[in-house]
Amino acid sequence: MAKQYETVIGLEVHIELATKTKIFCGCSTEFGGAPNTHTCPVCTGMPGSLPVLNKQVVDYALAIGLATNCQITQVCKFDRKNYFYPDNPQNYQISQLYLPIARNGWVEIETNGGKKKVRIHEMHMEEDAGKLVHDEWDDTSLVDYNRSGVPLVEIVSEPDMRSAEEVIAYLEKLRMIVQYLGASDCKLQEGSMRADVNLSVREVGSDTFGTRTEMKNLNSFKAITHAIEGERERQIELLEEGKAVVQETRRWDDNKEHSYAMRSKEDAKDYRYFPEPDLVPIVISDEWITRIKSQQPEFRTEKLERYKREFDIPEYDAGLLTESKKMADLFEATTAICKKPKKVSNWLMVETMRLLKDNNMEPEDLRFSPENLAKLIDMADAGTINSSVAKEVFEQIFLNDTDPLVYVEEHGLKTVNDEGALKETLEKVIAANPQAVADYRGGKEKALGALVGQTMKAMKGKANPGMVNEMLKEMLKD
Amino acid sequence: MDILGLSAVELGKKIKAKEISVTDATKAVLAQTASVEPHINSYVTIDEKGALAQAEEIQKKIDNGELVGPLAGVPAAVKDNMCIKGQLTTCGSKILSNFKPTYTAEAVLNLQKAGAVLIGKTNMDEFAMGSTTETSYYGPTMNPHNMRHVPGGSSGGSCAAVAAQECYYSLGSDTGGSIRQPSSFCGVVGMKPTYGTVSRYGLVAYGSSLDQIGPVTKNVTDCAAVLQTIASYDSKDSTSVKREDYDFMRALTEDVRGLRIGIPKDYFTEGLDREVADAIYAAAKVLKEQGAVVETFDLSLVQYAIPAYYVIASAEASSNLERFDGVKYGYRTAEYEGLHNMYKKTRSEGFGAEVKRRIMLGSFVLSSGYYDAYYLKALRTKALIKAAFDKAFESYDIILAPAAPTTAPELGKSLSDPMKMYLSDIYTVSVNLAGLPGISIPVGRAKNGLPIGMQMIGNSFQEKTLLRAAYTYECATGGCYEQPAHIPAADLAGKEA
Amino acid sequence: MANKISDETIDYVGILAKLELSAKEKEDAKADMEKMLDYIDTLNELDTSGIEPMSHVFPVNNVFREDVVTNGNQMKDTLANAPQRSGDSFKVPKTIG
Repeated sequence: MAKQYETVIGLEVHIELATKTKIFCGCSTEFGGAPNTHTCPVCTGMPGSLPVLNKQVVDYALAIGLATNCQITQVCKFDRKNYFYPDNPQNYQISQLYLPIARNGWVEIETNGGKKKVRIHEMHMEEDAGKLVHDEWDDTSLVDYNRSGVPLVEIVSEPDMRSAEEVIAYLEKLRMIVQYLGASDCKLQEGSMRADVNLSVREVGSDTFGTRTEMKNLNSFKAITHAIEGERERQIELLEEGKAVVQETRRWDDNKEHSYAMRSKEDAKDYRYFPEPDLVPIVISDEWITRIKSQQPEFRTEKLERYKREFDIPEYDAGLLTESKKMADLFEATTAICKKPKKVSNWLMVETMRLLKDNNMEPEDLRFSPENLAKLIDMADAGTINSSVAKEVFEQIFLNDTDPLVYVEEHGLKTVNDEGALKETLEKVIAANPQAVADYRGGKEKALGALVGQTMKAMKGKANPGMVNEMLKEMLKD
Repeated sequence: MDILGLSAVELGKKIKAKEISVTDATKAVLAQTASVEPHINSYVTIDEKGALAQAEEIQKKIDNGELVGPLAGVPAAVKDNMCIKGQLTTCGSKILSNFKPTYTAEAVLNLQKAGAVLIGKTNMDEFAMGSTTETSYYGPTMNPHNMRHVPGGSSGGSCAAVAAQECYYSLGSDTGGSIRQPSSFCGVVGMKPTYGTVSRYGLVAYGSSLDQIGPVTKNVTDCAAVLQTIASYDSKDSTSVKREDYDFMRALTEDVRGLRIGIPKDYFTEGLDREVADAIYAAAKVLKEQGAVVETFDLSLVQYAIPAYYVIASAEASSNLERFDGVKYGYRTAEYEGLHNMYKKTRSEGFGAEVKRRIMLGSFVLSSGYYDAYYLKALRTKALIKAAFDKAFESYDIILAPAAPTTAPELGKSLSDPMKMYLSDIYTVSVNLAGLPGISIPVGRAKNGLPIGMQMIGNSFQEKTLLRAAYTYECATGGCYEQPAHIPAADLAGKEA
Repeated sequence: MANKISDETIDYVGILAKLELSAKEKEDAKADMEKMLDYIDTLNELDTSGIEPMSHVFPVNNVFREDVVTNGNQMKDTLANAPQRSGDSFKVPKTIG
């Protein structure tokens, strides 16, 4: 009988914090920008420059540490991690090894297999590296230090995950927590959330770990899933052939959907960590911790319960809405204006989700204002526009945050409520469709639908369907 | 008038009194450099044009009352490891032979605000690693008192420039004695302030936890004036300390009555030149006569300061110097194959032997498996050394010691045995480990004519106590700075004035 | 106890430090390092058990900056000393491949 294998996975997750400035200097962290425009002597490692810690970084790191049930290291320090690479201007990265800001936490994940705790070994603060662009023709690389010094936290899990599904659940959980805290937008594509996967396999029942590999450059949940599956198979194959798994770092190639070993004899992996002499210790008082705790937002579970209670919406809806902080915020803000939670929820769950998918966007990318959605809901409710027009207008709101009042006015989309105009059209429709009229009068209720359709068509969709129905019935009575 | 013979504060007064113009003083100094540089080599860069332009600018500001400080208009020099915007800053190294910083070090900015005329950048041991100023890529500096001898190091250029009257004062940096030892060898006053007193922003780092910028001057008054000018709290340097007061010139009073001075017996052992020991005992006697209480005591742990220092300084240096890689600034090797080869060739060609030696040692002591045994052991030793000083300062206000075991050695005699060179730092490195202030003042000459310096070590933030004692000694002995006799006389514009 | 530094160790430290030493430099480095380490080993005479390693001399803590953008576009300065550049980026030998 074939051997049964178990996959053992631990994650190192890097999250870029949503500060305005870099971790050790007053340069902007804004994404994009021409190369090297967000740089200064500090983040480009100029001789004589010195780092000064951004307090907001500590606040965010504390918030994440507390929200992931970590113990806070109340005297924590930075260390230097020494390695040569051009994206690292000092050739050392300021990070934390000996006294990271948080340790021994956990988050709960839920998969088809049920609920489970994934333990967090430690979380530390560090600086991001610059960006390298490779010129294939010239055999050179170009260095842009705009990202150099952007603050990161690295969350290192224990090897508690056993499948790609658990890994994705863990990442989604972390992402949700961090987004709820407002500490990062956690976009995998833009690199503001990155995961390195440590994976080993072992025979089911074994209580020792196999040799693990580390996979880098995983930019999407899909890549992570494929990389995990591929690596599991690769390792099992090696073991089945009686070969050993080599402890190494492997780079995932998204195009080829394949990982390959990053080997170099110049890569000693001996980082010579030592306490950063240019920075002083961070002493985190009980008061500081209390303050951060008191600022913690309502997390998903509490929010979900409150939505069911306060807005009387079904569990399913509340679940979907609270999956992203952005969505939940939009829901609450819009509901506060128009006081129609069920309708707001419908717009968010149906049309918004559809458009997000069509446009390949995430909830965090939503830019429209609750005011405009509230106006739209009110207009549709009042019959000022009918439902198909409402969908058309919503698309404009979604894309451009358009004011629906202005848009409807400018494009003449208002439902025609003028009885005179409607009656005129109805008379024409009745005259042109004698058969349908006869059918209806003969008891075929369905025939009315055809007449309504004809009327709407003639009115270019702007008629109020309820009103058309009423008046038709009235006119066909005799 | 002998313009060059004046002290910085004296010159400042005469400029203020319009007896001397800033331009005349600057020209006198430039003429002196033109005359003695071929013999001394104090400078890596002399900014003649810039200095004259500054002189004019500063004179205007003095005339319209914008600049009133004691150093306004006084020509000065800066060690070549402090950044000045747009000016070559080499750290005495080939690897920075073309580096022009885009910003100015905080300490230098403070000088500029006070109206200093910056003459140029002074020579130094490469990246401040050395005790003789012989490891500079730009050639050794000679001791103005005897050109066959070294000026000491690593701030040898700064000290020789002041001694040879090529500037009125200068800034040095001190990681393990690099201001105090060359000051002692060159017969000038040099101070390493308490760690955190002068901003390190813009000082190219050697050992970040030990480095401190300080003044090199002709006398104690100038020392207080320069310290007062450069010391400041700087939010750009996380290790900068907010001092209660920066009014160091107020410490210049002639009074050491009741001051408790301790002389560590364990400093006066074999290896210390008899002449040096005698000169220091004699100086101690002067202070005693002025009313100080002088005693000998056991400091302890003296022999462990150097090994602890070399572990910590080399480890930090190995990391601090990683940024010199041919990517962002400085020298890049001409031919290479691939990234790592570029790194290795650039650094191997760009750094000199002593720097490479310390980078290798520092990388080794931090490497996997050795960190605890070497680096942490050194940090624990540092804690013990600090505790020994704390204990000593319970009984004494000042610890009196040599600055170096000998007078300046001959050129070419030190580098052949690095170990011996390291051992000569025995009286200075522990002060850096403990972050304390120390001052070296001239206390006479040896039979060979070379100056002898005495070091006074104070408790943290007690620069004023040091200045008071040094000033009292200076007044009692009638001044310490003596113009060197051996430099070929310059044809001085200033002397005719 | 005399320290012995092997060729492998010198090569390894050379990789860490990105220094390429000639055969003679290697021999010198070995001798220097052995001597220095012997000397450093005298620290073992000291009993430091229970002593906290001291990295900072003063108990200064919590030095922070506020999260406010203070730097504008300094691209020209950043690149002013670049040994090689391409457009507004630093140019280096290819890093991957």
